[in-house]
Amino acid sequence: MKSFAYARAADLETAVQLLSKTPNAKLLGGGTNLVDLMRENIEQPDALVDVTGLPLDRIQERPDGGLVIGATVRNTAVAVHPVVRDRYPLLAQAIVFGASGQIRNMATVAGNLMQRTRCLYFYDHAARCNKRAPGAGCDAIGGFNRMHAILGASDSCIATHPSDMCVALAALNAKVKVVGPNGERTIAFEDFHRLPEDTPHIETDLQPGELITGIEIPPLGFARRSLYRKIRDRASYAFALVSVAAALEVDNGKVRNIRLALGGVAHKPWRATEAERVLAGANAGPESFRQAAEAELAPARGLAHNDFKIELAKRTIVGVLGELAGG
Amino acid sequence: MPSPNQTPKAVPIPPAGSALILLKINGVDRSLSIDPRTSLLDVLREHLSLTGPKKGCNQGACGACTVLMDGQRVLSCLSLAVQLEGREITTIEGIANGELHPLQAAFIEHDGFQCGYCTPGQICSAIGMFQEFQNGLPSAVTGDMAAATIEFSDTEIKERMSGNLCRCGAYVGICEAIHSAFDREVAK
Repeated sequence: MKSFAYARAADLETAVQLLSKTPNAKLLGGGTNLVDLMRENIEQPDALVDVTGLPLDRIQERPDGGLVIGATVRNTAVAVHPVVRDRYPLLAQAIVFGASGQIRNMATVAGNLMQRTRCLYFYDHAARCNKRAPGAGCDAIGGFNRMHAILGASDSCIATHPSDMCVALAALNAKVKVVGPNGERTIAFEDFHRLPEDTPHIETDLQPGELITGIEIPPLGFARRSLYRKIRDRASYAFALVSVAAALEVDNGKVRNIRLALGGVAHKPWRATEAERVLAGANAGPESFRQAAEAELAPARGLAHNDFKIELAKRTIVGVLGELAGG
Repeated sequence: MPSPNQTPKAVPIPPAGSALILLKINGVDRSLSIDPRTSLLDVLREHLSLTGPKKGCNQGACGACTVLMDGQRVLSCLSLAVQLEGREITTIEGIANGELHPLQAAFIEHDGFQCGYCTPGQICSAIGMFQEFQNGLPSAVTGDMAAATIEFSDTEIKERMSGNLCRCGAYVGICEAIHSAFDREVAK
């Protein structure tokens, strides 16, 4: 690991100042992804600004029934929170489907958003990777690409975003609160992560010197009936081949409200807006669910080893919606 | 020109060097001078000769380095010691209190290990896992996230312990040992 300077930020203003005024500085939360990447010499910051001492470690209920989750709240603390378990079960479920118990105790909410792909070519210095070395090329495209993207990929990058929690946050239409040298702003969740296009090394909408302060989750009554389903190569502690986060409200056999997002399929948590459009007002049954899945996956493109994920994603959508509609 | 109220409170971070930290490890205050790159695992093993926590994968995949931090299970290999000022760390060396912890005794009773390499991590992990269970934390196999009570079943234990690998395959014994040590507590 390359040598780095370390500083603990006691307040937000200091954190922003340290981050913007120190060359090649990165933020340190739980470290579960960053420390590993530094050890692999993929991340080589000259300085780390520790944000775990910032007063961003609380979950607050909003008067409208929504929640604000502080950036440094640990993943476990979100999953065990009574309001999350009661009003947003898909969020609690997505978290406990991710990583291991030890990692969930360490990892912060903001760090979960900022984690980087687990594409093996990104980790392998002997391979070409546009994310690690912009302009180098991508060895995953012609390589072993079982874990890679089927939606929104580019000729530069087919990596996927590894988070489970973010798939639930995408379905919930969360907002990302950030602060930087120019003050505070709020980013819609679907705008926070980027598709790779020809700059896959730029992964989020965060600007230099900006840091995440928290996640706003809007009130969403029908999310009480929601599910997160993760399909993976082994029963536990593995990244998703495909995952589905959904909340569904059925009224007189018709879809009254629907939220749907996919994980493991793209460079970002994939909000399934096309499927949601098809389902709005439709019969809440397997035929409409299949039509919606077909519509969402219509632009999907498979590669040598991940072609199966297209049908897998469709079936997982149908299965999850069927379970939610099933009484 | 920056206005007076925009005067930066912080100056850029000084160059890398050694850092002083104070940790409480197995009940004893320890003041250490470390390179900021040092993991908690290396502090424990190399600086303090606490070799219970093991360096299996050193990348967060195997769980052999698991210790308790303020009572919660964490991976010491992915923890930078420099950010743990004031934290209380318990390793396997600090689990017994005069006599073996009931879970340590249960591991012996139920053959919860063969070579023993993963055992310190398994035991620390299981103690932290049980506290999470008692706190009402659901798991990936808990159907209803809002359930008021969760059964302390084999399925729950295996899922919650999936971050600890055992290459000898002592999983059946580990699961029995956990039941044997904690089932009584669940009923309370």
